[in-house]
Amino acid sequence: MAVMSEPMSADVVIRMEGVQKWYDHFQVLKDIDLEVHRGERIVICGPSGSGKSTLIRCINQLERHQKGRITVNGVELGPHHRQLDTVRREVGMVFQSFNLFPHLTVLENCMLAPLKVRGVTKDEAKATAIRYLERVRIPEQADKYPGQLSGGQQQRVAIARSLCMNPKVMLFDEPTSALDPEMVKEVLDTMIGLAEDGMTMLCVTHEMGFAKSVAHRVIFMDRGEIVEQNTPEEFFTAPKSERTRSFLGQILAH
Amino acid sequence: MIRAFGYNEFLFLLSAVQWTLLLSAIAFIGGGIVGLFVALGRTSDVKPLRWLATGYIQVFQGTPLLMQLFLVFFGATVMGIDMSPWVAAALGLTLNTSAFLGEIWRGCIQSVPRGQWEAASALGLRYPGLMRYVILPQAVKVAVPPTVGYLVQVIKGTSLAAIIGFVELTRAGQIVNNATFQPFLVFGIVAAIYFALCWPLSLLSQRLEARYAAPTR
Ligand SMILES: Nc1ncnc2c1ncn2[C@@H]1O[C@H](COP(=O)(O)OP(=O)(O)OP(=O)(O)O)[C@@H](O)[C@H]1O
Ligand SMILES: [Mg+2]
Repeated sequence: MAVMSEPMSADVVIRMEGVQKWYDHFQVLKDIDLEVHRGERIVICGPSGSGKSTLIRCINQLERHQKGRITVNGVELGPHHRQLDTVRREVGMVFQSFNLFPHLTVLENCMLAPLKVRGVTKDEAKATAIRYLERVRIPEQADKYPGQLSGGQQQRVAIARSLCMNPKVMLFDEPTSALDPEMVKEVLDTMIGLAEDGMTMLCVTHEMGFAKSVAHRVIFMDRGEIVEQNTPEEFFTAPKSERTRSFLGQILAH
Repeated sequence: MIRAFGYNEFLFLLSAVQWTLLLSAIAFIGGGIVGLFVALGRTSDVKPLRWLATGYIQVFQGTPLLMQLFLVFFGATVMGIDMSPWVAAALGLTLNTSAFLGEIWRGCIQSVPRGQWEAASALGLRYPGLMRYVILPQAVKVAVPPTVGYLVQVIKGTSLAAIIGFVELTRAGQIVNNATFQPFLVFGIVAAIYFALCWPLSLLSQRLEARYAAPTR
């Protein structure tokens, strides 16, 4: 697919070194090393509970890691607010359950963070919001409330809302898992559009068709570890580890 | 000298209603302001704040309001502060109301789904903005019916101020009764006036609750 042939620049946007995390005595992340380059698109898959969400949530510190280093765009995540703010401004996130703000219209959802975090003017925020709503193809819904939209539309608004902050990296945590089957495609198409524009993306997803056509690299996680990572071609046709094979066997059987 | 209960006595009772209402308003507004901080403390990530707010709520919910009024009123005297029954009643009721409203509002804040906090944080909003623009507007919707309902408790609670000598509706009733010796009539009227104040609020609270419970849009 055309998406694959784009050049990928060499500079590292996200670097995780020896990252470990525990919930009480249960280790969720074991010694994670990962580098994500600018423009790179990574799909993360693995069984339920393997730590996929935790891994990407550590990148914008919705979860705190206890050991190791995470650097985003050259900023190392430390205990201070300042770094956290910088990182969160650069990193957008899309959730499985959309998490739109139900008391705000679609337009207001998209304008809130630019206004309150970036401090842009109202006109500017509105122009940006409308631009991205057009990009996800729902400008006509701008004045509706999230509750009035379908799941697929809500997720596209959530993507637009993140894009309004002009992030360098987008994180997706199973963005299509909560959707009815007929709405999956519209969200995947939106994500493919982002990929074509060269967005750096980390997607936790089990949409293997998406992985094959869009990802530069597929990462397989199990029990808190990165077990295997490879190009989609290699990953799907010649998985190296037994765990990967059995996982692929399970999901491709559906 | 015993008087009959007449129009003047009735007017005296009615005019005392303004003090009941004023005291209720002060307790409610003051309690609401302090209560907001109590609720924020209760839901804070900062442990000491949470403990402090929890302790505060437990003290005020675990002791009778009357004792709290006594402690404020006589406590001030012990400490050499000359506190009028007015100020003591307003202060005591404010503290008490803040604890109860704080606990009601804690529940409302926590009823906002976790995903809302996460989405707002991921967008870069810090605590003040996150609370103000995302969490509180949603919590307020849930909070309105129980808050209006609690206003009824505040109004009834002001009757205890009579005991430390503040002349509101209940104290006015005692004064009229001392002059007329018609306790059943006098306190019946006093109760009816309370009912007339509280009942519409109870109804309103129930209505609001039904409206917010109904599936929106
Ligand atoms: N707040 C928490 N407290 C305790 N354990 C947790 C918490 N959050 C997650 N876990 C545990 O950590 C492990 C990894 O969770 P995580 O959500 O990252 O998995 P996942 O790979 O995203 O799974 P899924 O495919 O089900 O979303 C799971 O075993 C989970 O039970
Ligand atoms: Mg997950």
